[in-house]
Amino acid sequence: MKVLAIDTSTYTLSVGVSDGDVILAEQVTNVKKNHSVRVMPAIEALMNEVEMKPGDLDKIVVANGPGSYTGVRIGVTIAKTLAWTLQIPLTAVSGLASLAASAPLIEGLVCPVFDARRGQVFTGLYRLSNGFVETVKEDRNVLITDWCQELISIGEPVLFVGQESVQHEKVIAEIMGSAAAFAGKSVPYTRPAALISLGQSADSQDPEQVIPYYARLAEAEAKWLEANEKRAQSSE
Amino acid sequence: MEKDTFVFGIETSCDETAAAIIKNGTEIVANVVSSQIESHKRFGGVVPEIASRHHVEQIISVFEETLEQAELTFQHIDAIAVTKGPGLVGALLVGVNAGKAIAFAHGIPLVGVHHIAGHIYANRLVQEMSFPLLSLVVSGGHTELVYMKEHGSFEVIGETRDDAAGEAYDKVARTLNLPYPGGPYIDRLAAEGNDTYALPRIRLEEGSFDFSFSGLKSAVINTVHNAEQRGEEIIPENLAASFQASVVDVLTEKTVRAAKEYGVKQVLLAGGVAANKGLRSSLEHAFSEIDQVELLIPPLSLCTDNAAMIAAAGTVLFEQGKRDGLDMNGHPGLDLEQF
Ligand SMILES: [Zn+2]
Repeated sequence: MKVLAIDTSTYTLSVGVSDGDVILAEQVTNVKKNHSVRVMPAIEALMNEVEMKPGDLDKIVVANGPGSYTGVRIGVTIAKTLAWTLQIPLTAVSGLASLAASAPLIEGLVCPVFDARRGQVFTGLYRLSNGFVETVKEDRNVLITDWCQELISIGEPVLFVGQESVQHEKVIAEIMGSAAAFAGKSVPYTRPAALISLGQSADSQDPEQVIPYYARLAEAEAKWLEANEKRAQSSE
Repeated sequence: MEKDTFVFGIETSCDETAAAIIKNGTEIVANVVSSQIESHKRFGGVVPEIASRHHVEQIISVFEETLEQAELTFQHIDAIAVTKGPGLVGALLVGVNAGKAIAFAHGIPLVGVHHIAGHIYANRLVQEMSFPLLSLVVSGGHTELVYMKEHGSFEVIGETRDDAAGEAYDKVARTLNLPYPGGPYIDRLAAEGNDTYALPRIRLEEGSFDFSFSGLKSAVINTVHNAEQRGEEIIPENLAASFQASVVDVLTEKTVRAAKEYGVKQVLLAGGVAANKGLRSSLEHAFSEIDQVELLIPPLSLCTDNAAMIAAAGTVLFEQGKRDGLDMNGHPGLDLEQF
């Protein structure tokens, strides 16, 4: 089974190729550059390197969010188009779950963090045990302060991962104290191998049905709903 | 016998998700357009982020329907033509990356197409082009006179210095409390009224083929404002007719003058505003008196955004040897003369 994995949901570009249990190639670039220009050439180069042709692929795995709206869309568009036109299965997995799964050999609660600006984060809570990843709290867009209050009520230590968690460390430590541990610098981004392994254990979906998970409404829509609610209240 | 050329076109620059297959650059084999207009109406205009979200949701079913309509597979396709600009960047990126994925998956050549080149080439799906020709491009974002001495060559001889004609239509429609998108409503209303408000014809300096519509738009707003202050009632039909007459007069006059000056064989109308009845009949009337010039106006379905026009333009570029790589990007401000 030959698998291609793609994650462009943050500014890190992760692509990987595996054959059976063997990870043949991984490429991660952690620079703020244009995904649209770079993803397809990265996939082509990686597959050339391991002498694999598009027609050899048996499955595509993609991180479908949350994260940068445009970044998520580029990865999902490429993945669903490839899977559809090559007539192979597609599995979408959470980019946060894959980041959590990139923390190897850890037992316990892992909290992956993408920054979402203005004190907000995209995050979720996962339990790692024996290399398995279990969702404890679903992915969401939340204020980091509210999220820490929710985590501390669990009464268990939590390991924060992801390079964008680093900028929130101070706030997290203030609220959670010794219940929080930080591995943001040693688990900075999603490893393609983690994405592949999550994708292989999850069900496949119809490429047409795979859509990004943005974790929040488009700004215009949120404002429109808010205005509508106000209108409804004032007419009561 | 020469082999037929099939080009698969993709268009996602604004609020239509579209794909098409064109045979030999002139014949529509399949043409599928999924419009998002309903979901943007409540915002009074196209919201870029929402447009991008719709594109990624719709694109595979649009592709699938296109292949089904054509009863073809990508094995039959000689090139993928995709709009690379201008347009909304997030929206463009969906089509561009889907196009690159198909090209990579099947080893098919990829050609990036300028959206306006596409609008012009919509005409070739109706009748063969004869050069030199002039195209009047009028849409929500564009008002341009484009001179073509041969296939694939575009020279912009006139363009708007402020608002596009379509933008002016939308703003005037808002002033008259008409729903979005305003163009068709004004066109309909204008047909019921008369040109009574004596609005200005903005022709700019002598000999210029450029356009300006912001002064006209302000004149409409002032007319409404002044009437309100005097407690007079505006007759919307007449105001719409007066506005439309001004736009159409200027567009027609400059197009006729450019056609004569450049000695063209054909004049092609292109872009969404080409659906406007007032503009169509004015141009038809003007060019019926000029024997040497043939006027082409595509059917309504090919005036608004579609991928058939992108595949038609893409076929010519493909045959001229133009190619884009897997590093092709979306270009929101792509230049027609440079792309
Ligand atoms: Zn257009």
